Amino acid sequence: MRVETGWREQHRSTGLMWCLSAVVILLCLGPLIWQVVTSIKPDVDIVRLPPFFPSQITGAHYDRVLLRSPLLQSLVNSAIVATSATILSIVFGSFCAFALARLPIGGKSVILGLVLATSMFPPIAVMSPLYLFMRELGLRDTLVALILTHTVYALPLAVWLLTNFMRQLPKELYYAARIDGCTPLRALLSVMLPLARPALAVTALLVFIYSWNEFMFALTLTASDATRTAPVTLALFPGLYEIPWGDLAAASLIVTMPVAALAMIFCRHIVGGLTAGSVKG
Amino acid sequence: MTVLEHKANGGGPVSRTLSEKGWGYIMAAPAFALVGCVALAPIVAAMWLSLHRRLPVFGVDEFVGVENYLYLLSDERFWAACRTTLYFTLLSVTVELALGLGLALVLHGLTRRASSVTRVSQVVAILPWAVPTVVSAQIWLWLYQPDYGLLNYLLVQAGVIAEPINWLADPDWAVHAAVVMDVWKTTPFAALLLLAGLQTIPPELYAAARIDGAGWWAQFRLITLPLLLPIIMITGIFRTMDAVRIFDAVFVLTGGGPGNTTETLSIYAYKTLFQSLQFGYGSALATAMFIIGTLLSLSYLMVLRLHLREPV
Repeated sequence: MRVETGWREQHRSTGLMWCLSAVVILLCLGPLIWQVVTSIKPDVDIVRLPPFFPSQITGAHYDRVLLRSPLLQSLVNSAIVATSATILSIVFGSFCAFALARLPIGGKSVILGLVLATSMFPPIAVMSPLYLFMRELGLRDTLVALILTHTVYALPLAVWLLTNFMRQLPKELYYAARIDGCTPLRALLSVMLPLARPALAVTALLVFIYSWNEFMFALTLTASDATRTAPVTLALFPGLYEIPWGDLAAASLIVTMPVAALAMIFCRHIVGGLTAGSVKG
Repeated sequence: MTVLEHKANGGGPVSRTLSEKGWGYIMAAPAFALVGCVALAPIVAAMWLSLHRRLPVFGVDEFVGVENYLYLLSDERFWAACRTTLYFTLLSVTVELALGLGLALVLHGLTRRASSVTRVSQVVAILPWAVPTVVSAQIWLWLYQPDYGLLNYLLVQAGVIAEPINWLADPDWAVHAAVVMDVWKTTPFAALLLLAGLQTIPPELYAAARIDGAGWWAQFRLITLPLLLPIIMITGIFRTMDAVRIFDAVFVLTGGGPGNTTETLSIYAYKTLFQSLQFGYGSALATAMFIIGTLLSLSYLMVLRLHLREPV
């Protein structure tokens, strides 16, 4: 008798939980779905509600933002900046992480603490000198300035994740490589890095998403359509008299697409990577 | 020290030219040089700038000592920005952690019955996190639109409000509208991190507690909460640091308005620097923010050191 009550109760609570998660899913996706609906509505349907769904589906907004706005150029810029920043921070980050994880250099915990602190900097704190500095070097309004800045601000994360991962690799592998006559550099390149591939992938993913989404540096260091990245173009979207909601919705979805796809495909690795340092720590 | 380690640490013929230590410094150097030039040097430069009155438009550049900081202490707008930032941070982080924990518990409960739940929920919950902040601001700008935005329509239809509210133009609503946007974007991800923590708790503990007659609340309070505390703290810390320096979301959503009621410290400093082009005073504001941020992270690092041991 008691067992049966427990069973029924469990079922009721399971049902409740399913309902709850359905609501949560709707809350998570709702705003995005609404954006999708808006992006395919003709303009007449956008400025009234109801109808919820478009009377007819139009691709005009996508046409306009892709062909007759600076969005396409800014997507190319974003891709260049995010890819370069990812490669650079992975290269410099893995060298530094290797030194911190395996080589006998001094003050490791101080360095790691500093790394963690750097990742907590408010970017505005460095904005004014960085801006003047880039202008002095003639790098203002170039992609190079952005690549450099994004690389540096992604480095703490890269160093932190990769150091934690390399510390978990067995020491013996490294010593074996050294005894076989490898220099530390060679040991890193041909033994450690291939083993660290999962961590490298997660780090690359996180850096790419960070750089693609970053706004404050991109806003300050660029000044023309030729160098603006996608978030900046989106924030400055032309709206002389009225906000073009349909175009804006289409543009937002296009900008979101690459990072959303990456995040959804690799979500398990991202959560794993971000919790690895803290859960196991 | 084993023979192996002895050999690898410089005793053998492999390292005739360069010691392990030397390699270490060389390999760490590029990262340090970059961080030093682009992150640490600008901080020092910002402090130096903050001791100047610098208005490039008028060609003014003079050393004024701590004058900017004295002005800052009496600057009502600075204190208002502090209050806004603090209010925004406290409210959004509290709501995010509470909702995130609740959500994680529900997901965890479901996972034990259907394992596919975790995968589906991960895919769904990661979306708001991956969306660029500027995009999430645009999405919510559209939802908050007073005349034909979805939110007003739904609330009016449901009878919650009598007539449409102009959310972003109302000083009382605007900051809360920003909080809701932030909660939407970050709660699902916080829930995923907490869920990962929940899954490391051995189920045997709960089984043993049930045998001892512990109810749901006792299990939560005596097992779940203490074991989850480190990850709750880490999530809270990272969320706090993000909320304190919030810029893009609020900047695009309200631009700091109406009447500066949603102006956070970052937005005020940004406007001073790049809209009124006061590089000296703007740097003083930025430095003040840096000091606040440093104090916060130091206190957090101390808390973390007490609770977590660094992996060796």
